[in-house]
Amino acid sequence: MSTLLEIRHLKKSFGGLTAVNDVSFDVAEGSIMGLIGPNGAGKTTVFNLITGNHQADRGTITFRERALLGVPTHRIVSLGVARTFQNIRLFQQLSAVENVLAGRHCRTRAGLFAAALRPRRQRQEEREALARAVSELTFVRLRDCALELARNLSYGNQRRLEIARALATEPSLLILDEPASGMNEQETSELVELIRRIQQRGITVLLIEHDMSLVMRACQNIVVLEYGEKIAEGPPASIRNDPKVIEAYLGTEEV
Amino acid sequence: MSRNLAVAYGVATVLLAAAPLVLDAYWVDVLNSVGLYAVLALSLNLILGDAGLFNMGHAAFYAVGAYTAAILSTRLHVPILWALPVSGAAAALFAALVARPVIHLRGDYLLIVTIGMGEIVRIALVNDVLGLTGGANGIFGIARPSAFGFRIRRPQEFFYLIWAFVAATVFLFHRIAQSRFGRALNYLREDAVAAEGSGVNTARYKLIAFSLGAAWAGMAGGIYAAKMTIISPESFSFWESVLLFLIVILGGSGSIPGVIVGAFLVVGLPELFRGFASARMLVFGLAMMVMMVFRTQGLLPLRQVRFKHSDLVKAETAP
Repeated sequence: MSTLLEIRHLKKSFGGLTAVNDVSFDVAEGSIMGLIGPNGAGKTTVFNLITGNHQADRGTITFRERALLGVPTHRIVSLGVARTFQNIRLFQQLSAVENVLAGRHCRTRAGLFAAALRPRRQRQEEREALARAVSELTFVRLRDCALELARNLSYGNQRRLEIARALATEPSLLILDEPASGMNEQETSELVELIRRIQQRGITVLLIEHDMSLVMRACQNIVVLEYGEKIAEGPPASIRNDPKVIEAYLGTEEV
Repeated sequence: MSRNLAVAYGVATVLLAAAPLVLDAYWVDVLNSVGLYAVLALSLNLILGDAGLFNMGHAAFYAVGAYTAAILSTRLHVPILWALPVSGAAAALFAALVARPVIHLRGDYLLIVTIGMGEIVRIALVNDVLGLTGGANGIFGIARPSAFGFRIRRPQEFFYLIWAFVAATVFLFHRIAQSRFGRALNYLREDAVAAEGSGVNTARYKLIAFSLGAAWAGMAGGIYAAKMTIISPESFSFWESVLLFLIVILGGSGSIPGVIVGAFLVVGLPELFRGFASARMLVFGLAMMVMMVFRTQGLLPLRQVRFKHSDLVKAETAP
């Protein structure tokens, strides 16, 4: 498998705090990769660096042989990297389908004059965007909620809606920041199934998650961070037995 | 647009078209003010209501447009209706220039910066900037507009010019609201970080929202200059910006019919109560406070969902 995303010697400090220190890893195309670690390990900061929400102090991020550092976030999205947020960030006062349409923005063209004059091309584009948004809602099993306001959806459905919005941008890499947080066991199982279906569409998934059962079930490869540094990397089986990981993340073994 | 709204617009059009035939010149002039404020408030609504950018210096754009038209008319004898697009362009350019360095500011910070901008423009006009604005006296002798060889001078004639402009604005802004562009502004208002993270170039849309709103305020300024034939800095005070802000919030932020109703109330209602002399502003202020306590979303709040069930089904089944 070829490498989709390559991270090398990434470093980011906030004032005196080094949030990410010399982190390197690869994300293989078509895989599901997990990024785990205790709270404050720097996972979300790594995500924010990839998506351009923060600027790295040092290091490189290469997506499909293109350097991402310094590229504005909306450009990174149109290059094919989409994300969801740890604390859900939906457009609360808008309907679910309008939320998903936001994802179509970077794949459509119509501007102000098209809005005013409504030429045939603009109407066609609107129809296609709407059709795609509805099909993404169907994909995440939210078709029945299409006209509900985002804020009226249940917590688990809001998380799914965020995924649908990200999928609507036609990403090659989907970044999920704690997708299962606040979900019950049933919803988490459905989420694992959803993530697998996303992978089947040929989309690479990189996720942060605290729910170990989800990570172990869904991910092919796992990177473990602690205090901003990578302490382990490998398939779930080896991570589960790695003494450093057990000590740092799962707690010290009882003697 | 929903059927109810279309009917409401139809009824309003008929009533307004007949208004100059039954009302005296004074009340027609009040309606002219309402129309101008409606256009101004709709243009502010694009910035404040749709994109969620707090702008309390909108009178500055109005002023730039009015002065551009006045200068073109008095110095170069450009017919005023021809000067309107230039007024709009000048205001848009001015907005783009001043907004660029401050557009990343959020909420209250942007509000304070725009108040400062409004004051700077007013003071610049008072100080006869470039020797073109006539200082505190302003500019007089602005030519009346003429259309198809017909000279517009009486309030009844201005009425149709102004309200035709209102109608065109309403039509256009409804189209914008129901488009990729309008949605992008809403994403910006709801959550700028999520909008950027969904692929919307937020900095660009903020700037366009500002410029487009300013362009419309500038054209309203041009019409105002033609109607008054004399303009001075006091017509573009901070109070004007506050009034426009009020119209948008009171009427229903982001809602086009709401903003129009807001313009009728804020501009028209004090005229109705002129008999109460000084007490009318007291009543007005109280009404505003009551509104904000009991109906924070405005009189006619935004109809929140843009699509109907049938739209989705149609999109699903289309080839």
